Amino acid sequence: MSVVDRQEWDVVVVGAGGAGLRAAIEARERGARTAVICKSLFGKAHTVMAEGGIAAAMGNVNSGDNWEVHFRDTMRGGKFLNQWRMAELHAREAPDRVWELETWGALFDRTKDGRISQRNFGGHEYPRLAHVGDRTGLELIRTLQQKIVSLQQEDMKETGDYESRLKVYQECTVTRVLKDGERVSGVFCYERESGRFFTLEAPSVVIATGGIGKSFKVTSNSWEYTGDGHALALLAGAPLLNMEFVQFHPTGMVWPPSVKGILVTESVRGDGGVLRNSEGKRFMFDYIPDVFKEKYAQSEEEGDRWYEDPDHNRRPPELLPRDEVARAINSEVKAGRGSPHGGVFLDVSTRMPAEVIRRRLPSMYHQFKELADVDITAEAMEVGPTCHYVMGGIAVDSDTAAARGVPGLFAAGEVAGGMHGSNRLGGNSLSDLLVFGRRAGWHAAEYAAGLTGKSTRPPVDDAQVDAAAAEALRPFSAEGPDSVPAANTAAPAARPPENPYTLHQELQQAMNDLVGIIRREAEMEAALEKLAELRVRARRAGVEGHRQFNPGWHLALDLRNMLLVSECVARAALEREESRGGHTREDHPAMERSWRRINLLCRLADPTGGLAATDPVAGQIDLVNETTPPVRPDLLALFEKEELVKYLAEEELYE
Amino acid sequence: MSSYEARFKVWRGDVGGGGLEDFGVEVNEGEVVLDIIHRLQATQAPDLAVRWNCKAGKCGSCSAEINGRPRLMCMTRMSVFSREETITVTPLRAFPVVRDLVTDVGFNYDKARQVPAFVPPAGVGPGEYRMMQEDVDRPQEFRKCIECFLCQDTCHVVRDHEENKPAFAGPRFLMRVAELDMHPLDAAAESGLDRKATAQDEHGLGYCNITKCCTEVCPEGIKITDNALIPLKERAVDRKYDPLVWLGSKIGRRRT
Repeated sequence: MSVVDRQEWDVVVVGAGGAGLRAAIEARERGARTAVICKSLFGKAHTVMAEGGIAAAMGNVNSGDNWEVHFRDTMRGGKFLNQWRMAELHAREAPDRVWELETWGALFDRTKDGRISQRNFGGHEYPRLAHVGDRTGLELIRTLQQKIVSLQQEDMKETGDYESRLKVYQECTVTRVLKDGERVSGVFCYERESGRFFTLEAPSVVIATGGIGKSFKVTSNSWEYTGDGHALALLAGAPLLNMEFVQFHPTGMVWPPSVKGILVTESVRGDGGVLRNSEGKRFMFDYIPDVFKEKYAQSEEEGDRWYEDPDHNRRPPELLPRDEVARAINSEVKAGRGSPHGGVFLDVSTRMPAEVIRRRLPSMYHQFKELADVDITAEAMEVGPTCHYVMGGIAVDSDTAAARGVPGLFAAGEVAGGMHGSNRLGGNSLSDLLVFGRRAGWHAAEYAAGLTGKSTRPPVDDAQVDAAAAEALRPFSAEGPDSVPAANTAAPAARPPENPYTLHQELQQAMNDLVGIIRREAEMEAALEKLAELRVRARRAGVEGHRQFNPGWHLALDLRNMLLVSECVARAALEREESRGGHTREDHPAMERSWRRINLLCRLADPTGGLAATDPVAGQIDLVNETTPPVRPDLLALFEKEELVKYLAEEELYE
Repeated sequence: MSSYEARFKVWRGDVGGGGLEDFGVEVNEGEVVLDIIHRLQATQAPDLAVRWNCKAGKCGSCSAEINGRPRLMCMTRMSVFSREETITVTPLRAFPVVRDLVTDVGFNYDKARQVPAFVPPAGVGPGEYRMMQEDVDRPQEFRKCIECFLCQDTCHVVRDHEENKPAFAGPRFLMRVAELDMHPLDAAAESGLDRKATAQDEHGLGYCNITKCCTEVCPEGIKITDNALIPLKERAVDRKYDPLVWLGSKIGRRRT
């Protein structure tokens, strides 16, 4: 079959959100011929949805801020499970990454003295988020997109071809990472528009595909978030780290049903919005956990004073890290103190003048007006938790973003694990994309540069290309009435092919109900059974029509990825018998210091990468526990001993 | 409001041709046109091609023409139509059809490449940029653009005049020129690039006769005509006909 079109590049970046584009810019600037491949149109990636801002300790608004404070906040937010070296690099490098965007044309909101303005956000001690109203992600993606165009313009001048050194393959999907022995040799892809297959041959592949939210029913994520990169890495033999940690953003829209899950930015609270229950009570004061008691206001008066005078007052508990707020909302609704449509009230209308709301939160104003007929300057919003982000991801080396055990494979952004520990702070995502996108692009280019010669480049194996093509075509020949011989032979009874849309809906419902914000052992076991059933049925997912822009086919292929990733989430969640950050066990409600040093790694059970022979009950994933290396002493020294005893096990404290 | 069955006509076909296909489909409270298209996919037409992404009016992917008007499907609520009305959904008319509601919007990406990028000021390092909010307000308005290309689709200069496409960048990219021209620190002039002149000479600003169709369809409410195109025209004209400006530009050029 191997008549598939092949092109050679030095670095292939899968995904064109913030991390992917930043990686591509870096790789190209370091001399690597770089291809970017993305499922949507160029400039439409999920990063555009980010609203609040980019966290970077520039100290423009409060000069007390610096990287050490940002590092501390990040570790606290992640409940000390963070891969600490990543958290350190992130805090140190974020300001440079933001400033660099200005030199590429970004226009952030300004302070009175003309510097980049910074806003407050949950879990950040100082105003730290560089922002553009509530559309910061759009500014980020557009700036990176325009930087890529400017590099292409330079290449045009020099070579007569815009795409000689940096090309974007838009509306294309990668279904397999190809390998030469242990090493990466390229990717197998299809063009969504035509259904045509092709391979990009490259010694370095950067995975930057974002998250997994489309496995859940209520989510702020777009259709692209089907866990492709997580699954590609697993299938290529790389492990995933701590997949049990899934962030439910506390404030998604809850009404009307068709918009349920769409994000309501945390800036609403950062700028003064408060949460109330049906009794009108600001309930968050009842939900400040012990580890944060000293850091948050104990009364409404103090919380309100903090907006004006943050040096002498403590912040209101509406600005606790997201996991805390999401659990609190969940508890209020369960206790019968929810809003009419099963959320709670988020109110800015009584806190700020209408024109300030419209200026500072224009997208939110617009979103509620257009989609829910709610004027947020006059009435409260109804909000509830929505699946937003996965902290878990591909296990990577902190400095180089290299995936473990697969030379040539790199990962950055949401798809990479470790950086955020058990819970991500708002604003740390956009900075993560830039810091580690750059590092991934840099090291991918460096690795590829060592393999430029014809004899040293890893060759693409025809058999793998054929296997990938056959796998991608299977939905067109799914078992169905027509595929069974007409005569009454010994063939089993004909079964109609499964509808991929139905399978997807069942998966989303199961993950939402059984592996959602509050988890119980029996439910997760039920989820694993359901996933096994869906996995068997998904092999019979069939599609109508032909290969040209066929969404049913695309979904049938994405199901493989969602099922793999969902199994990782459910298995890891079952294994971790404690509650921490984005993982809450009703049957193990306490955070256990003994679990702090434990990472859970998921690997494909069948190392050949084949999925067919996998046992339906045992599943596709092997899980192992791993003890993490101790935090470097100079980083631990940034914390008070009294705080560390809340997180660290006895033996860690004495080391 | 209860559920009801709505009548839809959806254009189906490809580059070889096609036509409107009739559907009866369930509608529930609060839904938007994109929800209905998704229901058609899930229940009646699994291979119905549609481009979409964020479903929240932020990415600009799901552009189509609804009852002949260019709109985002995710931001068009079903409640704006009566229950009796038949709702017709067709692909963007100004661009070649790929399949069903998906069009080839490559024209826009070609035009984007023709606008010279931001030129960073010499001698101002990262972290040293100082700009006042009142000076960035105007270009920030244009940067709200989500590149849905509805303005490009509706603009009569190219909507039914394929022959104008090579010479005309369209409202979105003329606005991009205006944005860069208004950027407080853009150093294009110092590098010998006159953005106003290129708007006129290379991007076809002269074709625009300010009918404001683009502004009317903009889902972000950007005042494209009033705030970007007209000021750009005024300044382009000033430069073109003012002999002092002409002389100044010649002297300026010589210095570089």
